[in-house]
Amino acid sequence: MIASTIALAVLAWALAWPIPARLSRAHWTSRAPRTALVLWQSIALTGGLSMIGSLLIFGLSAYGDSPLSAGDALVRETLAGGIPDGATIFQVGSLSFAVLLTGHLLLNLTATFVRTERQRRRHLDLVTLLSDPVPGEPRTRRLDHPAPVAYCLPGAFRSVTVLSDGLLDLLDEDELRAVLEHERAHLQHQHALVLLSFRSWGNALPWFPIAHLAETAVESLVEYIADDQARTVVDSHQLASAIALIGSAGAPSGAVHADSPARDYRVDTGVATTRIRRLLDGPPPLEPRVRIAILTGAILLLLLPLTLLLTISLVA
Amino acid sequence: MAQLGELERSIMDALWASENPLSATELQEYLEERARETSGKQLAVTTVLTVLSRLEHKSLVVRDRTVRPHLYRASSSQADHTAELMHEILGSSTDRGEVLARFLGSVSPEEAAALRGLLDQTRDSGRSA
Repeated sequence: MIASTIALAVLAWALAWPIPARLSRAHWTSRAPRTALVLWQSIALTGGLSMIGSLLIFGLSAYGDSPLSAGDALVRETLAGGIPDGATIFQVGSLSFAVLLTGHLLLNLTATFVRTERQRRRHLDLVTLLSDPVPGEPRTRRLDHPAPVAYCLPGAFRSVTVLSDGLLDLLDEDELRAVLEHERAHLQHQHALVLLSFRSWGNALPWFPIAHLAETAVESLVEYIADDQARTVVDSHQLASAIALIGSAGAPSGAVHADSPARDYRVDTGVATTRIRRLLDGPPPLEPRVRIAILTGAILLLLLPLTLLLTISLVA
Repeated sequence: MAQLGELERSIMDALWASENPLSATELQEYLEERARETSGKQLAVTTVLTVLSRLEHKSLVVRDRTVRPHLYRASSSQADHTAELMHEILGSSTDRGEVLARFLGSVSPEEAAALRGLLDQTRDSGRSA
């Protein structure tokens, strides 16, 4: 089982640093955001599985030659209140660490989910009290506020899109349709859940620089995906003009959040500018066969740690 | 669901408009008057009580149980609630995107200025296309 421990550890390392670091700098991702999002999810999941898997297998090697028999022995020995003869402190430590890490990640995911759901419900209560339904647009409300904002509030059962009066005054009909379709895309594709998982991963492993990198990359990707869906109903120029109008309409961030720490913005790489550039003169979408190749790779990657585990179970 | 939301809203509006805490019957009468003006629906006192306890559960309404009948008032002013909502919508960097997905996040003043330049570009190419 030592060979598979090493194989899984190498895989975990590769997915924890070099591969995501390269992917976050890659240029093709904006040309195939859906494919890239699948790849990011596969990397995160496989990375976690192989990290935990390698710790687990190494720890279990004290108990037996195959994962199944060792797992069986682990349960028996632990219930009897002992550890097997010849088990090193590294093996027992590695086993405990695997269990703790799994628990930590799952608890963090649950806590993030519960907290967000509570905030979301509170927000929905307030929105219901302070906004009016928009006639003819189901699950859309208008908020009496001069700042031009549009957002969607995803919910398990009820989701709502909110537009401010400031936004309605600013945009023409096509631009408004672009905004609505963009928000609809976020709701349809469950982007909130994807972001939540990556955010919880980042919160759970704050010392893990790559988690933050992944979060930022995924945040841009879901915007690109929503933009691509919006440009199927309106011209790219209208969507770009909606972004430019909202972004330049005396963005309220500076005035309202004078207390928030100054962020290191670089003008030409701001999200709004990047999105507009991509819409107006971005490179064409990636060829289908390249996308399929990447998707296949992402799926195979996810199967890799499971295949490794299965192989050693059968061989042993 | 949406209808219950509208009921909650009309009761909150009534509480916000009133200077003193109101009882459920007073609220019902107030809403009845309003309904007559706008030819809206009439409400039973039991419905008002149900909605009030929902609002209390959501900590939007405070109930004074020391008197009979119980008196109800809004927990904060409408302006405070709007401020809370807008704070969450416009969000600072730390809680960015935690709850909601904005069409466009906060934009720095420098980028806003740059976007104004881009705007002409989207306009020009849009019109000529």
